[in-house]
Amino acid sequence: MQPIQLLAPDGTYTEHDVYSEYIAALGEQDLRDLYRLMATERRMDAEATSLQRQGQLALWVPALGQEAAQAGTVSALKPTDMIFPTYREHVMALHRGIRPDQIIQLFRATAHSGWDPREHAMNVYMVVLGAQTLHAAGWAMGIQRELEAGDLADGRAEDEIVLACLGDGASSQGDVHESMVFASSYELPVLYFIQNNHWAISVPSSTQSRSPLAARAAGYGFEGVQVDGNDVLASYAVAAHMAGQVRAGGPKLIESVTYRMGAHTTADDPTKYRSADEVEAWRAKDPLDRYRRWLEAEDLADDIYFSEVDQEAAEVAAELRRAVQEIDPLPLEEAMDAVYAEPHRQVETDKAWLKEYEAGFVDDDALAGGEAGAR
Amino acid sequence: MTLMNHGQARRAESHAPSARSSRRGARGTRPAAPTPSSPDVVSTASSARSAQEAVGHDDGVETPAPPRELVLAKAITAALHDELAADPRTLLIGEDIGALGGVFRVTDGLQKEFGPRRVIDSPLAESGIVGTSIGLAMRGHRPVAEIQFDGFVFPAFNQITTQLAKISSRTAGKVHLPVTIRLPYGGSIGSIEHHSESPEALFAHTAGLRIITPSNAHDAYWMTRQAVRCEDPVIILEPKRRYWLKGMVDFSTPAQDAFTAQVVREGTDATIACYGPLVPVALAAAEAAAQDGRSIEVVDVRSISPLDDETIARSAAKTQRLIVAHEAPTFGGFGAEIAARVSERAHHRLVAPVLRVGGFHMPYPPSQQEHRYLPDIDRMLEAVDRSFSHPRR
Repeated sequence: MQPIQLLAPDGTYTEHDVYSEYIAALGEQDLRDLYRLMATERRMDAEATSLQRQGQLALWVPALGQEAAQAGTVSALKPTDMIFPTYREHVMALHRGIRPDQIIQLFRATAHSGWDPREHAMNVYMVVLGAQTLHAAGWAMGIQRELEAGDLADGRAEDEIVLACLGDGASSQGDVHESMVFASSYELPVLYFIQNNHWAISVPSSTQSRSPLAARAAGYGFEGVQVDGNDVLASYAVAAHMAGQVRAGGPKLIESVTYRMGAHTTADDPTKYRSADEVEAWRAKDPLDRYRRWLEAEDLADDIYFSEVDQEAAEVAAELRRAVQEIDPLPLEEAMDAVYAEPHRQVETDKAWLKEYEAGFVDDDALAGGEAGAR
Repeated sequence: MTLMNHGQARRAESHAPSARSSRRGARGTRPAAPTPSSPDVVSTASSARSAQEAVGHDDGVETPAPPRELVLAKAITAALHDELAADPRTLLIGEDIGALGGVFRVTDGLQKEFGPRRVIDSPLAESGIVGTSIGLAMRGHRPVAEIQFDGFVFPAFNQITTQLAKISSRTAGKVHLPVTIRLPYGGSIGSIEHHSESPEALFAHTAGLRIITPSNAHDAYWMTRQAVRCEDPVIILEPKRRYWLKGMVDFSTPAQDAFTAQVVREGTDATIACYGPLVPVALAAAEAAAQDGRSIEVVDVRSISPLDDETIARSAAKTQRLIVAHEAPTFGGFGAEIAARVSERAHHRLVAPVLRVGGFHMPYPPSQQEHRYLPDIDRMLEAVDRSFSHPRR
């Protein structure tokens, strides 16, 4: 199985019988926007890594190296298509209008998520990987039932499909298998999007699968393709094509072959398990570099454009750095209120106890005229 | 005294619904599903239809049928029917719930009436059942998932505990999941491994879930409807050995709030708090104790989460003695939570320690020995005796 590629690492473009037409249909601005999206996220990503190093974030999950896979795919979807992400889809989140300071909330641990899934047609991040693929299948079952009943949920599109994101590591989870069984059996409008970044923390993708992950789709009875995930044009064209196929009926799978250039998270040290040579080989396939070469060669963008993009990205990063300081943590009382939709006796009891307990400290402090005591 | 007491208990038990002689009947993998030769089925042969007749609401406005006697399982059927009829976004999903009507026939006839898109036969995948129910609920549907047996819920444990229970918290209340999970539980059906367990404590410890368990047909009807309409995830633990317990269901008078406890027999000398399958056992034990001059109050806990500890503590404070009973092992069991909470609230009113009656610290035994494992009338009365060994001050 050879990944579909339109743009070679040196920036040369090769026509493809099926996929080139999707690129031909893109306007010049669309093509430039793909670069802008990738560059903005890369700059934001670096800022977030830096913020973590400075103790401002509990953790960061870099998307470095996977920008084209995500940018091409998300740009090929309709804004009404629902995305079920993992925790690394920062490019998709930015594209869906989610601000960096919203993305960061989970990682600053001020809240477990920072946006309303319905406002952005993108679910909040998933940490227990694989679980989201079943939610995606369930969401798709909802679409199917509403279409049959002629009773679409508020504001939803008739041709909506669902993007179920996962990585090579989560492909080993049982939930992913069950999701693909449900999707196949019920012919659900789900597009599985596997970013094979070659490493599940320290474990290579060969430990997850000895056959291409795209080949697994055939076992479930639907089509799977491999795409060069560092080629943003191929990522776009393949996603556009496969999304169209899903809209016509039934699930499909894309295995996006890419590489995690950074650590799994900021808590990880990749030099312990992979070679510098391997990383350098992938650096030569960098998704932004090759796309920039092509944009320049095609006269679609010049130095002025690229410096504008750099300037904008720097402003986004600066804004993130500023905004991080201003994010208030979700108060414990509000977190308690969010456990249930309807009142729950034990939560109410605990909340009342906490209030009374802490009020005692406040009174002591007031009497002593000192600062808040230790909890 | 004790021996005589136990003799009375055994006589009383022979009239109880769970009399051992009648438990011996069916044994097999999924033995409890009624067969055409079962007397229970003869008496409820038209119950699917009667469930439909029970709610005539062509225009969506319910016209309650007059009260009628139903077995507990068919009261649930009626509740599911009525919720499917009332809300087009309500749907059922589970293994074998369609044409077969479920291994206990609880969904019998519902696929025929509401179609395969609303009564969905799922692949054999419990995590998938719960995980897709979550996705459906995120989109505004109201799934009622059936897990076939208590022992088969564990493949879905991750979806239930890390997802279903937490998504409201994760989204700071932006996303609520009105998912109901129906889970037949408990033993005394003469079955094989994994078909007789009581996992309530495992779920009770998980904030974000609600857990209820009815003990009679009227409660089963109304508590099921209340669960489906609740905006939170609700696990209904259905006492499978009581599926054929008959009772009047009053379709026009709702049972009290599903998330509260209820005193089902008043007494003055001791309280037995229990739930689900053991409520009839406790009532029979109370009857036997009455012959010995002891007045036992029985509290049907009904809701595991939230726990109506106020009602239980009030009863314990009144009778001054509390015995908590469940089928699950006592070690780390839910009875410990009840005992602790009542001790915290009413210690000074109690004259004896709170005592627990339950299963042993072992996996559920081969069912040929379950009569020695499960709390029965004698075990409850033995605990009553122990409680009374502490004199009133």
